Amino acid sequence: MNQGSAASKMKWVWFSPIILAAALLFGTAIGETRIPFSTVVDVLSFKLGLSGAEIDVVDMSVIWNYRLARAVVAACGGASLALSGLILQALLRNPLAEPYLLGISAGASAGAVSVTVAGLGAGLVSMSAGAFVGGLTAFAFVALLAQAAGGSTGARGAGVIILAGIAGSQMFNALTALIIAQSASAEQARGIMFWLLGNLSGIRWPDTWLAIPMAVLGLGVTLWHLRALDAFTFGADSAASIGIDVRRTQALLIGVATLMTALMVSMAGAIGFVGLVVPHAMRILVGSRHSRLVPATAIAGAVFLVASDVVSRIALPGQVLPIGVVTALVGAPVFAIIMIKGRKR
Amino acid sequence: MSVTRILDLIGVSRIVGGQSILSDINLSLIPGEKLGLIGPNGSGKSTLLGIMAGLIKPQSGEVYLGGKPIRDIRRRQIAQQIACVAQHADTSDRLTVREAVELGRTPWLSALRPWGDEDEEAVTCALDVVGMGNFSSRDWSTLSGGERQRVQVARAYAQSTPVLLLDEPTNHLDIHHQISILDLVERLSSTIVIALHDMHHALRCDRVMVMEQGRCVALGSPLDVLTPKLISEIFRVNAQLVPNPAGGRPVFSFQSLT
Repeated sequence: MNQGSAASKMKWVWFSPIILAAALLFGTAIGETRIPFSTVVDVLSFKLGLSGAEIDVVDMSVIWNYRLARAVVAACGGASLALSGLILQALLRNPLAEPYLLGISAGASAGAVSVTVAGLGAGLVSMSAGAFVGGLTAFAFVALLAQAAGGSTGARGAGVIILAGIAGSQMFNALTALIIAQSASAEQARGIMFWLLGNLSGIRWPDTWLAIPMAVLGLGVTLWHLRALDAFTFGADSAASIGIDVRRTQALLIGVATLMTALMVSMAGAIGFVGLVVPHAMRILVGSRHSRLVPATAIAGAVFLVASDVVSRIALPGQVLPIGVVTALVGAPVFAIIMIKGRKR
Repeated sequence: MSVTRILDLIGVSRIVGGQSILSDINLSLIPGEKLGLIGPNGSGKSTLLGIMAGLIKPQSGEVYLGGKPIRDIRRRQIAQQIACVAQHADTSDRLTVREAVELGRTPWLSALRPWGDEDEEAVTCALDVVGMGNFSSRDWSTLSGGERQRVQVARAYAQSTPVLLLDEPTNHLDIHHQISILDLVERLSSTIVIALHDMHHALRCDRVMVMEQGRCVALGSPLDVLTPKLISEIFRVNAQLVPNPAGGRPVFSFQSLT
């Protein structure tokens, strides 16, 4: 395929802001309490300074402070997780690579229980901060272990990083289990488990001021490295032979993926499946070239998580499902269908 | 008298886990020359090529590219001067033949120097050179081993470098494509180092380096180096050079040592 037809295939990218806006509107319009769509539009246009309609204060608060902020963070988080998965799959040349592979979710949960259950930080540190620090600590452990095992360069490096990630995850998960077994009440244990499966209900506007810049930064860095990501198609040695500084590229991109994932986990818990499945699904739909794959993955990740969040709120009346349950329950069959269809193509 | 040299290796050695993989290799390549590397399996040919490409670091000794130590040159600059084809390069990604060859243009592209007509041309030309022009929209996964090998050669060719390192590029190829790859190697003006198993192929090089257990046992013009005595010592076969009835290079006749 020449670059001309590649360009024509890229036309959908221009629609992506519309797709994203539609997803956000959808996320804002639907929820546990039924609010007429006209009210939703009124609130949004009022807040954006387009009209001055009389609006109920409660509706305004639900739509603007609760639902929209939540949808925005879901979109940023979905894009961040999907991009992190894509980066790791491309650089480690392993289709099973996903954002939690590097021990981030295990470390985050250990950090979260250290704060909430074991009382580390004496109430001065929030659970999110604990999770963030825990995630980064676990990643540092995994990176150092991989380094010590000689996994920093070449094709061997990818395998070593994955093994180190498994070891790190197991260790931090054991630590979490130990803390829970030692000191948590049944109520606390249940709360922790709920949090681990992902929960966006605590999200408010201040969270977006972290989530948006992180997602934009992550997308920017990834877009800047499109050719480098392509260069890894035939492995790290092949990438080096066509001029890629493998070590620098891996350090920078894996670092960015780690930050995106750790931030997302600290805000909303370990939402599984997005980072693994969205990049694969997009590969089947738009091919393996990263100039198409990166934008497609970011958009699809954002839309997928907003939609999953909506489903998690309305699936069971009067009850909010953990979003991680929804991403897996909805994502797995969809992924299966795409996989089967992709094979026939 | 000074001869311009493009790639120099001085006292290059590599030891892995106490095992000497390469020891004290000295070599200077003159621009445009074709050097054949031959030696039994495990004699260090691939490692030597990796070191020449700057992909593997020698424990001692130094590699100079255009007179500069290669470890001081940035990867991108090395890739603008040296292209290599590894023995095993595969992917599970879905991409077309053309997309695989386009990767060869990577060292020439940047944010300020996007894909252009020149790159398009280099890719088309590279595909034609290996006879894969009609395959450009085929999926990589549908190719045979030999076709993949030719695409890899095209990828390296598209890199437009003065030096080309080929690690057994004729593996998996049928005889027609073996000969066409060697014709291509002979035709190109680039400096080429090519690891080979077939001694007839080695006869077509300007110089041949024979390796055994990481050492260079002989280096010189093919007919001076590939003597029956050396072949029986290194490859453990009896070899005789037989004049070619069709004219041209002589041919080898091999028998097992008895």
